[in-house]
Amino acid sequence: MFEAGDRVYGWLDDRISLSGLREVAAHKTVPVHRYTVCYYFGGMTLFFFLVQVVSGILLMLYYRPSADEAFESVEFIMTTVSFGWLIRSIHSWSAHLMIFFAFVHLVTVYFMKAYRPPREITWMTGVLLLFLGMAFGFSGYLLPWNQLAFFATNVGTDIAGAVPFVGEWAMRFLRGGDRVAGGTLSRFYGWHVAILPAITTVVLAGHILLVQILGMSTPPGQEKEAKRRRPMKFLPDFLLRDLFGWTLALALLATLAAMFPWELGDKADPFAPAYKDIKPEWYFMFMFETLKVVPGGQILGIEYEAIPILGFALAGLLLLLVPFLDRRLADSGRSPLFTGIGVLALIYIVGMTAWGYRSLVPVYVVLLTAALAFFLSIGTRRTPRR
Amino acid sequence: MEPVRSVREDELETGNPDQLRRRFVNWLLGCSVAGLFGSIFYPVFRYMSPPEVPEATTNQIEAGPTNDPELLERGYKIVRFGSEPVILVRVAEDDYRAFAATCTHLDCIVEYQKDTERIWCNCHNGEYDLSGRNVGGPPPRPLETFSVHLASTTPGQPSNIVVVRS
Repeated sequence: MFEAGDRVYGWLDDRISLSGLREVAAHKTVPVHRYTVCYYFGGMTLFFFLVQVVSGILLMLYYRPSADEAFESVEFIMTTVSFGWLIRSIHSWSAHLMIFFAFVHLVTVYFMKAYRPPREITWMTGVLLLFLGMAFGFSGYLLPWNQLAFFATNVGTDIAGAVPFVGEWAMRFLRGGDRVAGGTLSRFYGWHVAILPAITTVVLAGHILLVQILGMSTPPGQEKEAKRRRPMKFLPDFLLRDLFGWTLALALLATLAAMFPWELGDKADPFAPAYKDIKPEWYFMFMFETLKVVPGGQILGIEYEAIPILGFALAGLLLLLVPFLDRRLADSGRSPLFTGIGVLALIYIVGMTAWGYRSLVPVYVVLLTAALAFFLSIGTRRTPRR
Repeated sequence: MEPVRSVREDELETGNPDQLRRRFVNWLLGCSVAGLFGSIFYPVFRYMSPPEVPEATTNQIEAGPTNDPELLERGYKIVRFGSEPVILVRVAEDDYRAFAATCTHLDCIVEYQKDTERIWCNCHNGEYDLSGRNVGGPPPRPLETFSVHLASTTPGQPSNIVVVRS
């Protein structure tokens, strides 16, 4: 039996040079230092993305994207299909965890200054992937066609309408008409299951390929320790730790989905008064809350509301271009200014999210994540003995 | 000359406790991995199998009045018997017959040809006579027969056709 396996391997090797790949993989290493644990967050995000792909495809087997049937089909999935409640709950929980780990990944990469040359494109594709993830979240939110989603989408697309000059067009483009209706649902479905996945696949492939080509970046200040310690082999040491993390992630996901299945709520009714507390997904909360404190009014024909919207758009653009703005880092390897900006932005985002929920839970989540990362870092920084 | 023996073979033969422990741990790990994948694939498989949705059983339907223009002109019409299609054939003024409209060959919907007095399936040229018997082409079985009653409601008005599962 092993002989047959060897022969298949040999046959494939002659054609696609598996030995070459194995050679490359065998030489791949990961630097070991104080912050090695941060190298696992990208893989964790990827894991939740893969869960999204699988559970999303499964949901497509029963979901019907039309205003008349969407809510009922989700209800059917939740109540009649075997394990349907589990698949849907996993899809929503995994979405939240994916965005969360994408944020954690971004924050750690930002503070470890891993965007410095030659990894500018890796950073930019990563930021794009975060934006794509948020677009996935926004478009997926509407698909169950319930009250909450309906009004949140109304508000969300209306915000786009406040942008000067292009706002009107952008709002119509998002809604597929003048108001949120059945046409919006088909359109969001198309984005959610076809357009965004297609774009994401390409960007994600580029992102992962670049990580393979360029390897892991050692943060400034850790170079000495990384040089002193023997780097960890990717195969099998790092990969096994990665898989262990994925197993934990799967356990967390299954627990959340089983203990707290996602609610469905009431069917969307465009002629019913808006819900008392319509709120966006938590990762839009800080922007939503910022818009809420801006008073109504106009200046020079531009609504006040447009100012923070344009501000966030600009912030997104700056985030994308960080590697090119942080000139001092490329020259001297240090950039306290950008560290400071990062800390302020983080405090603002967490603070506004907590304010939006009138709750300290977001702060606790951040502290818990930091504590957990620290705890795990003790277990992951050591090079195994041979 | 004695053949070269690997360390592993030596250990297996002497029953080195470390080696046995390792094999046991590997076996345990394999079982856990199998359990993990089982607990993933079982729900997915169950999810993909379509659930049984009970359909309301229909035993009788009203198929419209006897003076239905479609029925008069073409000599037949397809009516919905619950979720099943049923073909209602007007043979003569007081002779109506009804059969399951699904061809017993490959599930196409049959039609009635007035001039040849045959129920005919367009897909593969299957033919049934006016008792629903398969008389030509590939159909393996006769069509299921339904009984037809005429119910007169108000005097002077055309009767209603009632199709009943027999």
